[in-house]
Amino acid sequence: MPTQVTSDTVEKVISDGLVEVGAEREAISRSATFEDLDVDSLDLVEIAQIVEDEFGVELDGDAVKDVKTVGDVVDLVVARGS
Amino acid sequence: MSADGCAIVTGAARGIGAATAAALASEGRPVLINYRSDGDGAAAVVERIEASGGRAHAYAADITDPDQVDGLFAAAEAELGPVAVLVNNAGMRADGLAPQIGRDDWSAVIDTNLSAAFHTTRRALRPMLRARFGRIVNIASIVGIRANAGQANYAAAKAGLVGMTKTIAVEVARRGITVNAVAPGLVETRLTEGIGNGLVDAIPARRVGTAEEVAACVRFLASEEAAYVTGTVLTVDGGLSA
Repeated sequence: MPTQVTSDTVEKVISDGLVEVGAEREAISRSATFEDLDVDSLDLVEIAQIVEDEFGVELDGDAVKDVKTVGDVVDLVVARGS
Repeated sequence: MSADGCAIVTGAARGIGAATAAALASEGRPVLINYRSDGDGAAAVVERIEASGGRAHAYAADITDPDQVDGLFAAAEAELGPVAVLVNNAGMRADGLAPQIGRDDWSAVIDTNLSAAFHTTRRALRPMLRARFGRIVNIASIVGIRANAGQANYAAAKAGLVGMTKTIAVEVARRGITVNAVAPGLVETRLTEGIGNGLVDAIPARRVGTAEEVAACVRFLASEEAAYVTGTVLTVDGGLSA
């Protein structure tokens, strides 16, 4: 049963996912870039997977290509999930 | 990191696929025997594995269709657990000199031998990335590395498989997932029926290989101890391409 898509739940799931792939929890904020967090494209594939498992929202290759910050991904998931 | 999980072997109703399935099952891995139409062959492989104390399940899927690939993985996950090992073995030939290979014979060989391996790999990687463990072994051929007249379609597909193996290997290496290819030379299976005996004189080992000898290579690459082997091609050809 997919979790309800709200900005808060999405931000929490993504933050937890980022920590799982090695980002520092304290460094995560909406404006943090993936470069800042040392999160690369393979890590983003995994985040996309986590998002899909949790919310049922699919993030394909094109979508993931343009995101630069944590906020970008959160907004994208919220937009696609509503 | 979890190395537990089942293996999927495509085209496992006979030949190298069947031998590989048996080899992996003897290591304690439950094996999903994928086949397209040879239900009897697949059932026989399952029976053989179960008689030796292993676990196996047969499932028909045309792996050139990504939707059927999804079905295949769903069946494996439901029956046998997460997929830790994928062996892309399904293959076919449609030989001819280049000017005589028809469009359908070109496409069919590329789709079955190369594209299908991509569809299954893409699907396998998703849970393997999360599990921080995976073993993907692609059955290529020395024909993908050295010329063999009359097999432009087969050579293209097998060479493509080697390129794909290396690229995907470096993408996922740091997640504990290895991707390798095994390149058999002349091995006695239904796929090589009708290929002339004259070839044996050219083989330094002076004999054709067996499906079990290829399966032994896959078993090693799929093992936990092969964790530092990735992006490589293990040739098993009696010295033919040396």
